[in-house]
This record gives sequence, structure tokens and C-alpha cells, in this order.
Amino acid sequence: MIPGKFEYHIPTTVDEVVALLGEYGDEAKILAGGHSLLPMMKLRFAEPAHLIDISRIGEIKGIHEQGGTVRIGAMTTENELIASELLQQKCPLIPAVARLIADPQVRNRGTIGGDIAHGDPGNDHPAAMMALDATFVLRGPNGEREVPANGFFLGTYWTDLQQGEIMTEIRVPPFTSGTGYGFNKLKRKTGDFATAASTVVLKLNGNTCADIRITLTNVGPTAFRADEAENILRGQVISEALIEQAAQQVMAVCEPAKDLRGDEEYKTHMAAEMTRRSIRDALARAKG
Amino acid sequence: MATTAEDLAREDKLQGLGCSRKRKEDPRFIQGKGTYVDDVKLPGMLFADMVRSPYAHARIKSINKDKALALPGVHAVLTAADLKPLNLHWMPTLAGDVQAVLADEKVHLQYQEVAVVIADDRYIAADAVELVEVEYEPLPVLVDPHKALDDDAPILREDIKDKDNAGQGPRKHPNHIFSWEVGEQEATSRAFDEAEVVVKEEIYYPRVHPSPLETCGCVASFDKVKGSLMVYITSQAPHIVRTVVSMLSGLPESKVRIISPDIGGGFGNKVGIYPGYVTAIVASIVLGRPVKWVEDRMEHLSTTAWARDYYMTGELAADKNGRIKGLRVNVLADHGAFNSHAQPTKWPAGFFSICTGSYDIPVAYVKVDGVYTNKAPGGVAYRCSFRVTEAVYVIERMMDVLAQKLGIDRMELRMRNFVKPEQFPYHTALGWELDSGDYHTALTKVLKAVDYEGLIKEQAEKRSKGELMGIGVTTFTEVVGAGPSRNCDILGVGMFDSAEIRVHPTGSVIARMGTISQGQGHQTTYAQIIASELGIPSDEIQIEEGDTDTAPYGLGTYGSRSTPVGGAATAMAARKIHDKARKIAAHLLEASENDLEWDIDRFKVKGVPGAEKTMKEIAWAAYNRPPEGLEPGLEAVNYYDPPNFTYPFGAYLCVVDIDKYTGEVKVRRFYALDDCGTRINPMIIEGQIHGGLNEGFAVAMGQELPFDAEGNILGNTFMDYFIPTTMETPHWETDYTVTPSPHHPLGAKGVAESPHVGSIPCFTSAVVNAFAHKGVTHMNMPHTSFRVWQKIHELSLDKRE
Ligand SMILES: Cc1cc2nc3c(=O)[nH]c(=O)nc-3n(C[C@H](O)[C@H](O)[C@H](O)COP(=O)(O)OP(=O)(O)OC[C@H]3O[C@@H](n4cnc5c(N)ncnc54)[C@H](O)[C@@H]3O)c2cc1C
Repeated sequence: MIPGKFEYHIPTTVDEVVALLGEYGDEAKILAGGHSLLPMMKLRFAEPAHLIDISRIGEIKGIHEQGGTVRIGAMTTENELIASELLQQKCPLIPAVARLIADPQVRNRGTIGGDIAHGDPGNDHPAAMMALDATFVLRGPNGEREVPANGFFLGTYWTDLQQGEIMTEIRVPPFTSGTGYGFNKLKRKTGDFATAASTVVLKLNGNTCADIRITLTNVGPTAFRADEAENILRGQVISEALIEQAAQQVMAVCEPAKDLRGDEEYKTHMAAEMTRRSIRDALARAKG
Repeated sequence: MATTAEDLAREDKLQGLGCSRKRKEDPRFIQGKGTYVDDVKLPGMLFADMVRSPYAHARIKSINKDKALALPGVHAVLTAADLKPLNLHWMPTLAGDVQAVLADEKVHLQYQEVAVVIADDRYIAADAVELVEVEYEPLPVLVDPHKALDDDAPILREDIKDKDNAGQGPRKHPNHIFSWEVGEQEATSRAFDEAEVVVKEEIYYPRVHPSPLETCGCVASFDKVKGSLMVYITSQAPHIVRTVVSMLSGLPESKVRIISPDIGGGFGNKVGIYPGYVTAIVASIVLGRPVKWVEDRMEHLSTTAWARDYYMTGELAADKNGRIKGLRVNVLADHGAFNSHAQPTKWPAGFFSICTGSYDIPVAYVKVDGVYTNKAPGGVAYRCSFRVTEAVYVIERMMDVLAQKLGIDRMELRMRNFVKPEQFPYHTALGWELDSGDYHTALTKVLKAVDYEGLIKEQAEKRSKGELMGIGVTTFTEVVGAGPSRNCDILGVGMFDSAEIRVHPTGSVIARMGTISQGQGHQTTYAQIIASELGIPSDEIQIEEGDTDTAPYGLGTYGSRSTPVGGAATAMAARKIHDKARKIAAHLLEASENDLEWDIDRFKVKGVPGAEKTMKEIAWAAYNRPPEGLEPGLEAVNYYDPPNFTYPFGAYLCVVDIDKYTGEVKVRRFYALDDCGTRINPMIIEGQIHGGLNEGFAVAMGQELPFDAEGNILGNTFMDYFIPTTMETPHWETDYTVTPSPHHPLGAKGVAESPHVGSIPCFTSAVVNAFAHKGVTHMNMPHTSFRVWQKIHELSLDKRE
């Protein structure tokens, strides 16, 4: 549990980060809250020669609304997400997810940017971001680019973030009326990652489901969207029978890895059960 | 007896036996002012780190330490070859076997210590570990103990393969350690043949780890000039460590000083001697500098002593009314690669034969076979007396199974079979003498408190709606306080314990014991015992333990032995002082000893108001003008060899609700009634019971150390290994009865392990009971959501209409 040797850098601007990333290439790693990176370093699974601590960069912290989107600095901590009144009003799913992440110590330091950038299929923000149709702002040597959450997660610990890039901001469209969410996460204990979790965001038009996104956590190599299950519900008046069909469809697309939380069969069933619960919760919230 | 207000005030001031005095150790722990081994920093101290095996079974072909030694700041890299000339590459275990200190030619378990690196700091040591090059030739791995005795099983212990005795009797295979039998096999068979009803169940008690919050470690400091060795160590038994270190190192015991400072929990894990300790000591002797070794969590969970891992086959024979006619238990015990469980030396399966429980069972037979596998060595008493948790688990499970088979209520079946109050002292079929008990009263009190009838009705309604609710019960009897030295020794040292009490001239006291607190609150409770015996306020009594240079020799703290043995020694030493004080008082009061009576904190001359001397005045006189012929001073030592064990008992009841779609088990209610005889400090008792229930909950609901087919240990971090927090822990309701031990000087029995021992089968009982109407008789622990769901799914209880 003792990390290898590394150089520590603590820049105060994003430009400096980009410069440092350019200078040290694949020898460098960004350090945000450190709650994913430091454990890997202590186990020597990761041995970066240069750590670039981004905790002193004011421009990538905080939550505000601008141009019709909610903008969250990548360096915003889980606790800040939980405490945000703006999020509670405009996008209550995010604090709901943050509340079930790890424990108070982790939530005090862990950041939304780090949670997303890490590419861990067990992390909860990726599925939330996909369900919210968020976009990520990335800055690199060639300037800034915006990428949608859907399509960002390419595999376990593998995202569209390129070498030399830093994530600066997360942009989320605010909820409109008739929108409801559900987030259900089964875990063994406080501080555990999900055995399976399901996030649902849906919009009702009268009694009809105008749109819906169903995303899943820790039951595949990345967080993923269950499109076919969504298709079963989109345009329909959601009934228990349809929920059951959607849940069955979710089971068909799960590819969980067996571990001490459970085997493939259990996790697949739990993904379906969490989905049932999340659809019901989302429906109830959408109805107000 | 205090009668007047003034008397009561005087008594209150003592804060003696029976009062809920606040723990004296808490202020320093709460303020972060404790001193644990890792807080010890000595000038010139070096740091040790281990090179560990990635394989569970492999031959070591070569070790190259050149690169590691070339790293600046590295002082030494030691391997078995370096320890061999000192004959320290193997060490004796408490169970008569030997254990490799550093792997000698072969590794027998994953993470086994292969080499130790000594460096200027912890970071350099860790870097150097990566530079030690070890070449391994992997060997076939033995993981399943059921295959250990197969003809074609890989032979693990080549070092003893030709020995027909590995320290605990004859063996029948190179992977066999011992067979241990108790009871009457033939008579038991007859009871089964003749019985109207017989039940049998396969019950696995998984491998779990005591997992104290503080991992193991030591700081060894050898003074080359004085030729003396001082070791700060996380040990529950510092005096035995001193003896063993002296025997291994050849240093006279008087030149070895072992200090157990504050200990962050032990739970049986810190009784034995680990390779890390030995290598730190050797390194300090070789280098003449202090050497610190402190393991990390993964090393701790992977290599230090675990508990249980018993495959038990329980059988009960009974008549149609549920009266038990016989008990038979066969056990296959997985001991890992070295037999280094910590038990009294003559007890290869500990006190497992207490498995007749609280019941009047005429005949019984128990057989335990221990085998080697490619896993860490261990088998310690995790918050219990040696193997008592396993014993209680098997009998309590079997009682439920029998009740289910007969269709008799589980409480009723227990009532019919309890040893009756008038039968005490009761001799069990397997040789124990239960000192005292009143099991009927305890269970009756619990059933009333929880409205058992109401619960049964509620359960019937829930079942009719397809919901899963379980009611669990245990009525356990423990055996603690090892032990009478005619039965119990460790490496030949009898399992007595000791107390030394010194009353200073001004009447304050320092007392030292051979035990060592790891959270039990000895500083608080021992002082209360002395306070009541001597009439000196607890707050003026200092308790010290753990330094072998100052404390009298004792066997340490585990198996709930501190109160039964150390507490008894404390009372007896205090009584010696009391006797001398009476002589001095008689002299001061110019009265005969027989005319004196003791009154809370002073001697009074019977019938002469005002003629009295307080213990404080007597203390001064002891140093000032003792009576002629009496030596000055006021102190005493007692080595207490208990005449018998003590047998705390309890009745627990648990109610669970199960989510049939996720398998989550919610403990709705847990009611624990304990009887530990005389209660020294009710608040500490309650705290210990809460702690024990938490740990019992952890074991039953989540703890396990599984292995894959290659012998890789799984779940060796706190991400997987279940340590419940306040978020998971159920609400506990506690209660008590008091049935004093007839042979203990205070009537006290020991309590801190009862809740662990008693609660575990109670959780299982509740979970299984939720499925009992579907014919389920047993489910193995841990009752994780995953495992419970598997049962639900197998029974199609999660089907949706
Ligand atoms: C006990 C425990 C339990 C946990 N349980 C959960 C859980 O249930 N759900 C969950 O979602 N998470 C969980 N986590 C993970 C936790 O939320 C982490 O904090 C999070 O995954 C990473 O965020 P961080 O700020 O700590 O990032 P770091 O650990 O500092 O970084 C993680 C990775 O992201 C990169 N990175 C960080 N920020 C940026 C950026 N702005 N731009 C580009 N790359 C960046 C780093 O280089 C690194 O590779 C748990 C962690 C622990 C220790």
C-alpha cells in the first residue's frame, strides 16, 4: 500500500495543466479528488511519474446556469453536488446519485469530473450523464471540444478523453415539466460500488411516455443505455406489464462480471429489478 | 451493607463493583492520544517490508537480491537461507507444528513471506520489495479440504511428510494433521439406532477473519551493548511472547522486554507469533538498530490468523416428544498450510466439545479431523473461547432442525431439553462441568419481552401474502476463562493469571495484571474490583498491563479469560491486602482482629462507635509503624489457577424481513439477554455486548475469505470484507439475568464474547426460518443478498404473476 515515486505539480490554470500534460505525455496523470487514482497508485497498478493536482484551479469548480444549460465544473465535489440548490431544482437526479456514492470522506474529496473521466463501469455518474444527455467539455493542445456523454464511454477505464486533454465542465439540460427520474442502486454496504444500478429519466406528455432513457451501472464493461427497453416504453402509457417487458429486455443486454457481489445471473436479475424500481419512481415523480 | 445516606455516599465515592463507571481509557482514545505500536518512533529506526508469494503453492527456484541491495537506503534483504544458520527459518507454533518464518524452498500459500527488506524508510523498503527477483515453479494447489486426503492430492508439507505425528497425535496422510475424538462412539451409535427420530445436517462455518482495526506490527530494538531486546508488539499475550522469543533467540528471558502498548482490537488475531515479528527481531539483532514492521490491511487479511473454516456434520437422535437421546458431530477442519491455530496446547479442536450446549444430552460423540491446505495458517478464537463459536453454531442449528422435523415449536423444544436449574453443577456427556445456569428463566423472559406469540401470528399472515419473515432463536452456553492448569497450558505454561497490587503510603494504588486490554476496559473494571475489596476510590487506582518488565506473568487476554481468571487474581490479591490491613487495624485500634468488622472503606471495632480506621490510615501505618512481627508495606501478588471454567449463557431472539426480489435481509429486531453472573460494570457489559453483536452480525451476514481454484485469496480488502458501520448495524435491545458462578471469587463469568457466539446462529436461525415453510432446514453463511436471493430464486419465490 505504498505508491512508487512521482513528481507532484500543482498548477492554478487549465492552460498550465494542458502545458504540463503536453510536456510529460503518458507519464503524467491528473489528480482530482484522488479517490480512484490514489488507491490504484498504492496498489502500484498505476505508477505515474508526474501527478498534476487540479484542486487549485478555480475555473473548473462550481455549479451555475448559463445559456439554458446547467454547467458543473469538473472539479466540483460530490458533497457540493449534494448541497447545490440549483441542481436540486434543475436536475435533482445528480444529487440523488451523489448521495449514494461511497462514504462521507470520499464524497468530500471525490469529484464529478474524476468520477466520469476514470471510466470505471462501477462509477455512478457515467450512467446518470447518459440518462441526462449531458455533454462534456474537454480542453487539450488543440483547444476545446464538446462531446456527448452517449458515446464517451468506450470500455473499462477507456473513454474518449484523449491524451493531453482535461475535462473542464459538464453541461446538463435542465429538467422541464413532466420530467421524472429514478435512481436505484443495490449495494452490499455503505461505501460499496453497485451490485447493479439503474437510472431512468422520462418525460410524460399527459399519460404518455414522450421520451425515456434507461441506463445501467456495473453490469457491463461500461455504463450503457438500454435502447431497446426504452423503445418498449417510448410513446406508450406505461403499465406494470410494459415495465416488466422493459425489465426483461434489460436482462437480455447485461454483461456483468462475476465477483463477490454476485454471479452473472444475480447481477442480471438485479439490473432488471433496479430498472423496474427506477421506472416506477420516475413515473411517480413525472406525475408530480 | 450500606444503609444510611452517609454510607451510600461513601460507597458511591468508591465507584466499585456493580457501578457504571465511565471508561478511563476513552479520553485518550477519543482525543487521539493513545499509543499504538505504529506510534512508537525510536532513534535510528529502520523499516521492514515483505516480499510475498504470488502463488499458493510453488517451489522457489532462486532469489536474487542484488538489485534490491543496490538501492540506496536498503540495509538488508533476508531470506530463509540467511535465517537458517540461526535456526530461525522455521518457528514452533502453539499447536505443536512448525511454521516457516521465511519460505524455505517452497511457498505454501499466496502472500507467504519469502524475503524481508530492511531500509531507511517505509517507501524505500516498498521500492526494494519490487526489486527482489524470485523465480517460482508453480505446483498443483490444494484448496478444497475434502480432497486433502485423496491418494493423488499434492503433498503440501514436504518438511514433515514422513512424520506420523505433527504434534497432535497420529496422522494417516501427509496432508492430515490430527484426529481428535471425544465421547462414547458406540453408546452414541446405539442411541441413534434406537431413536424414534434422527436428524442430520451438513453445516459449513466459513473462514472469517477477526479483522481488528489495527493490523499487526512490532518495533524490535536490540541493544548490542547491554545484550537486551525490547519489542513493542501488538500482542494479546505479551508474557508468552517473551518466553517464546527467549527460547527462539537464546537470550535469557530477563533480557527480553515485551511491551504491548495500546492495542486497536485483537479478537484472537493477536495471540500468535507472526513471521513479521520474528524477522524484525532478527534484523534488529543483526543490524543493532530498531526495526519497525507494520503490515497493511491486505497483508493482514491474507496472512494473519483467521477463524473457523469448519465443515460440520451434525446429527441428533430424539424421541417423538423431542427429548434428545444423543448427539454426534463430525468435523473436517481446514487449518491451512501450518497448524498454528491458537488453542491451549492439548486441545487440537479447542473446546469444541462444549457442543452439547445448554441441553441435557445423555450421550454424545465428536470427531474432528484437521487437514492442511494451501491457505494461510490460523484457526483462532475470533471473539470466543477456542472453537466455542463453532460448537454453539452446530448445536443451535441442530435444535432448529430437530424442531422442524418434529413439528414442535423451537422454543418449546429447547424448554424440554434444557439442563434444569437443580441439575447444576451439571456434567455434560463430553466432560464439562457447567457451573451454574437458569436457562428456562432466561428464555421465558425473552419470549415475553418480544411477544413471541404475536410474532408467530404476524409471520403466518406474512406467509399467506407471500412475504418472507423469519424469527431466529438461540439459547447458548459458552465455556470461557481458560483455564484450570491441569487442563490448559500454552507450550507447557499453565493458563493461570495474575495480579500484583501495591497500596502506597497515602492510600492510592497501582496494580498490574498479566492480562492485556484491547478495548475491554480493564483499566476501568479491575480498579472497580479493587475499590470494592479495599475501600479505596477507583479513581485513585492505576491499572497497568502489557509491560513484561513490570507486570506479573500472565497468559493474556482472549477467550473471555480476563474477568474469570485475571479478575479472580485481582480479587484474591486484594483480599491478601485486606487481611494484612485487618491486622494493622487491630494493632492501631488495640483490638483483637475478631472484634473488627469491615464497613465499606474502614475497619470498625464492633459495638464501639468512633473506634475505626480507614484503609487510607491503615496504608500510612503500614509504612510508618506496622505492628511488631509484621513486615512493612502493603502489597500482594496472586497467581490464580481457576478450579473450573465459567459458563456464561444467554437467550437471543432475532426478527428479519427479506426482500424477495433482491435477497436483502433486514434485521428488524434483535433481543439479547445475557447472563454473565455478577456484573462488574453494567455499562461496559452493554458496550461489549453491542460490539459482540455487531461482529456477530458481520460474520453471519457478510464476512468470508474465499479462494479461487488456484488458491488466490479473494475479498482481502475492506471493499469486500464486511465491517458493518452504523449504517448497516441493527438496533440492539439488551437484557440480563444474574446467575453467579459458584467458584469465582466474585461470581463473575466473563461476557464480551457471548454476544458474538450467541448471535451468529441466531441470525442464521432467522434467515432459515423465513424459508422454513418451504422445507428449508439450513442455509450456510454468510447470508449475503446474493446467497439469499439464490435460495429465493431456486424456490421460485421471486416469480411475478
Ligand atoms: C471506498 C470507495 C467507494 C467508492 N464508491 C463509489 C461508488 O459507489 N460510485 C462511484 O461513482 N464512485 C465510487 N467511488 C469512486 C469515487 O467516487 C472517486 O472519487 C471517483 O471515481 C474519482 O473522482 P476523483 O475526483 O477522486 O478522481 P481521481 O481519483 O483523482 O481521478 C480518477 C481518474 O480520473 C482522471 N481525472 C480526474 N479528473 C479529471 C479531469 N478533470 N479531466 C481528466 N481526467 C481527470 C485522473 O487522472 C484519474 O485517472 C468510490 C471510491 C472509494 C474509495
